[in-house]
Amino acid sequence: MAKKKPADHAAGSGVTRRGFLGSVGAGAVAAATGAASRAEAVPEITDPEEMVAVALTINGRRHRLLVEPRWTLLFVLRERLCLTGSKAGCERGECGSCTVLVDDEPRYACLTLAVEAEGREITTVEGLLVGEELGDVQRAFAEHDAFQCGYCTPGQVVAAEGLLRANPRPTEAEIRTGMSGNLCRCGAYAHIVKAVADAADGRKTGGGS
Amino acid sequence: MLPKFSHLRPATLREALAALDASDARIHGGGTDLVGCLRDRVFTTERVVSLSAIPELRGIAATGDGGLRIGATATLTEIAGHPAIADRFTAIADAARVVASPQLRNQGTIAGNLCQKPRCWYYRGDFHCLRKGGELCYAYEGENQHHCIFGGDLCYIVHPSDTAPALAALGAVCRVSSASATRSVPVDRLHVPPSVDPRRETVLEPDEVVTELVLPAPPAGLRSSYLKIRSRNAWDFALAGVALALVFDGDIVRSARVFLSGAAPVPWRSTAVEAAITGQALDAATIAAAASAAVAGAEPLSGNAYKLALFEGLVAGQLEAIRG
Repeated sequence: MAKKKPADHAAGSGVTRRGFLGSVGAGAVAAATGAASRAEAVPEITDPEEMVAVALTINGRRHRLLVEPRWTLLFVLRERLCLTGSKAGCERGECGSCTVLVDDEPRYACLTLAVEAEGREITTVEGLLVGEELGDVQRAFAEHDAFQCGYCTPGQVVAAEGLLRANPRPTEAEIRTGMSGNLCRCGAYAHIVKAVADAADGRKTGGGS
Repeated sequence: MLPKFSHLRPATLREALAALDASDARIHGGGTDLVGCLRDRVFTTERVVSLSAIPELRGIAATGDGGLRIGATATLTEIAGHPAIADRFTAIADAARVVASPQLRNQGTIAGNLCQKPRCWYYRGDFHCLRKGGELCYAYEGENQHHCIFGGDLCYIVHPSDTAPALAALGAVCRVSSASATRSVPVDRLHVPPSVDPRRETVLEPDEVVTELVLPAPPAGLRSSYLKIRSRNAWDFALAGVALALVFDGDIVRSARVFLSGAAPVPWRSTAVEAAITGQALDAATIAAAASAAVAGAEPLSGNAYKLALFEGLVAGQLEAIRG
C-alpha cells in the first residue's frame, strides 16, 4: 500500500512549503503572545457551587478550605495559604522548583490537583524548619553554597529530604539520580550533590533533625 | 490557571465507570500527563474522573499460575523497586526506572504511562496538527529530529512510553472495563498506528478504563531487558530504545520478542531482529546481522537519520549484554 504523505494530504488545501513555513512563524509569535496573555488573565469568576470543600494536612497542620477542582496544590499553597517557599517555575513538571513531599515522596505540586492531595501528608520547605532554625538539609545547602540565585533551592531541598527519607545512605550516583528531577539554572549541581551527601553523613552520625 | 472542569474521585471502580459513561470525561490516574495536557490546552474537558482513591486498582501481586498482576494505578516507583519484577520481569523494572524524574515516577501510574499522549512539540504546542483534528503533520517538513523512522503515515510521532515496549515484549495483557463490559487487550495490540487512525493513540473507548496488567509466568530460560538512549542521561524521552524478551536454551535463542521505543508512532515490534536471532547463538556475526536488521526498511525524515546508528549500536550492545 502506498503511504499517504502529509504533503499529499495538504495538496488539496493549497498549502505550499513557503506558506507553511510562514504560518509556522506566525504561529510561534501567536503562541508566545498567547501564553503571555493567558498567564496574566484574571481567572473568570467562579460560582460558589463549583467550589469543593477539602481538608489538607500541610506541615502537620490541618487546613479546611474551599477550592476549585482546577486549582493545583501549588496554587493553593502559594496563593491561598501564603506558603510561598514552593516556587512556580515551568508549571508543567519540567523544572522541580515546586517539589513538595506527599506522604514522604517528592512530587511536583504544579501537576497535583489540590483536590487530589486530600488525605495525604503534605510537607513543604517551610515544614523542614526546626522551630525557627534551618533543618539539616537546608543548613547543608547554606554551608556548601549549593545555589546562586536560589530560586530552585526550596525544590532542591525538599527533593533531597525525600531522597534521604527513602534512602538515608545514598551513594553519589543515587544522589545524582534522586536529584535528577530538579533543574538548577545557575548550574550549582556539584555543590548540591556535596550538600546532600553532607546532610546524609550528618544523619548517619546522629546529627540530623 | 487550568481550564475549568468538575472533578470526581470515587472510591469504587463501579462508580468511576458510571461517571465515565457521560461524554467528554477524562481519566485521572496520577495526573502528570492529564494536568500537563490541560495546562497546554492540548484538550479541555468537562469532567475529570480520578482513579486515585480506588483500592482495587492498586497493588502488585503474584498470580496463582506464576505470573504477576500489576494494578493500573501502581506507580512507576513501586514497579521500579519491586523485587519480583526486577528478578523475573527485568525489562519492566529497567523501563520503569528510567521514566522521567523521581517526582514523576512517584506520581505517574503504569496504566497512565501506557495511555499517555504524544510528546511531539507540534502536538503539544499551539499547532492544530492532524492528530488534534487539523489538516497536516507539521513535523513531516518541520523539526523532526525526535520523530519516527518506522510506521509514519500522515502523522510522524514516536510513542513516548518506556514501559509499553517492555510490557509488550513480555506478553502483558491489559484488563479493561467499561460500565457494560470487560475485555482483555494485549499490550502489543493496545496502540493504534496512524495508518489506521492518526487521531487516536489507543484502542480504548472513552468510557473504558485499564484496571490491571497481567503478565504470564516467565518461561524457563527467559531473560529480558530494556534500555533507552536519551539526549541527557536523566529525565528525558527515548531517542532510541529497545526491549528484549529472549528465551534461551543453553546458548541458543529459542524465541524472541523485540520492541523498539523512539522508533515509531506505536511500540514497534522488530520482527526483523527477532528473525535474525531466533534459533541462533548470539555470536558476533548474529549480533551484527541483528543490528543491521533493526534498521532495515527504516524511513528516516529530514532530521532524524542519526537514529539509524543509535538503533544499530543499541541493539548490538543489548544483545551482547543479555548474552552474558
